[in-house]
Amino acid sequence: MTGLTGTDFIAAMSALGAGLAMIAMTGVGIGIGYNAGKTVESTARQPEAQGTLLKLMLIGVALTETAGIFALIISIMLLFANPLL
Amino acid sequence: MELGPRVIFSIGPVNITETVCFGWIISILILVFAYFATRKMTQVPHGAQGVGELLVGFVYDMVKDVMGDVSEKFAPYIGTLIVFLGFGSMLGLLDLRPITADLNCTAPLALVTFILIHYNAVKAQTAVGYIKELSSPYAFMLPLNIISESMFPVTLACRIFGNILAGVIIMSLVYSGLKTLSLIMLPIPFLQIALPLPLNFWFDMFEPVLQAYIFCMLTMVFIDNGRHPVESD
Repeated sequence: MTGLTGTDFIAAMSALGAGLAMIAMTGVGIGIGYNAGKTVESTARQPEAQGTLLKLMLIGVALTETAGIFALIISIMLLFANPLL
Repeated sequence: MELGPRVIFSIGPVNITETVCFGWIISILILVFAYFATRKMTQVPHGAQGVGELLVGFVYDMVKDVMGDVSEKFAPYIGTLIVFLGFGSMLGLLDLRPITADLNCTAPLALVTFILIHYNAVKAQTAVGYIKELSSPYAFMLPLNIISESMFPVTLACRIFGNILAGVIIMSLVYSGLKTLSLIMLPIPFLQIALPLPLNFWFDMFEPVLQAYIFCMLTMVFIDNGRHPVESD
């Protein structure tokens, strides 16, 4: 561990942070799964409303996804456009 | 690995990137298509006129479903958004960089939407009424409501940007991986021929349409919400 400079350390920690940031995706996965499951339930109960339900589900999925997208952007920033380096 | 868009040429301190150039090209192509689709219009549409009528009819129906009586006023803006964002994100099919994989393309569009939402909200319920709505249910909620309202364009811009950028990264990883694999056996990257097609379909055709649709849908829903505030009881 002689040649380790401060920049190397920051780069290594940023890579770790990029991985850790993606933990947010677990919550997003649960949310989208819940959303899709409820849509299936509603469709089974009222098959003629399928078109509307699909549209609502897509909007809900997009809104849920936003949290995960923020995590993704943070991890991409840490890897490719690191402000600390 | 270089992630940002390449700079094509610069005018003084202003860099003209791939994003700007492809944006111009898409706009010109859409204009040319619109010009030729509306020349010599006939009662029974065929060719370019048919495609144009299909698209315009789809957009007007979609806007009418959500916004009702004022749909005719907003439909041109929504149609422009869906066509520009859709084709802009599909550039990956031609092995070009999608323009929406750049925050500089999506943020201005989100800003236009943001201005439209608040302009129409103030126009529909006056400035005092709008502030009153923002400070409901309690007056101390006003700063929180303002923060949440001003986060909306950020999320709108980041959603499509993040989705398309993730697609670009995954596609470039897959292509370089397949190239390395096939170079072990033959000096030509033959594995790239048909194997990534399902991924191409997902990231360059389905995802762009979905994201453009969601961008337009959220724009419509929020403009409509601003115009007709929820009655508090």
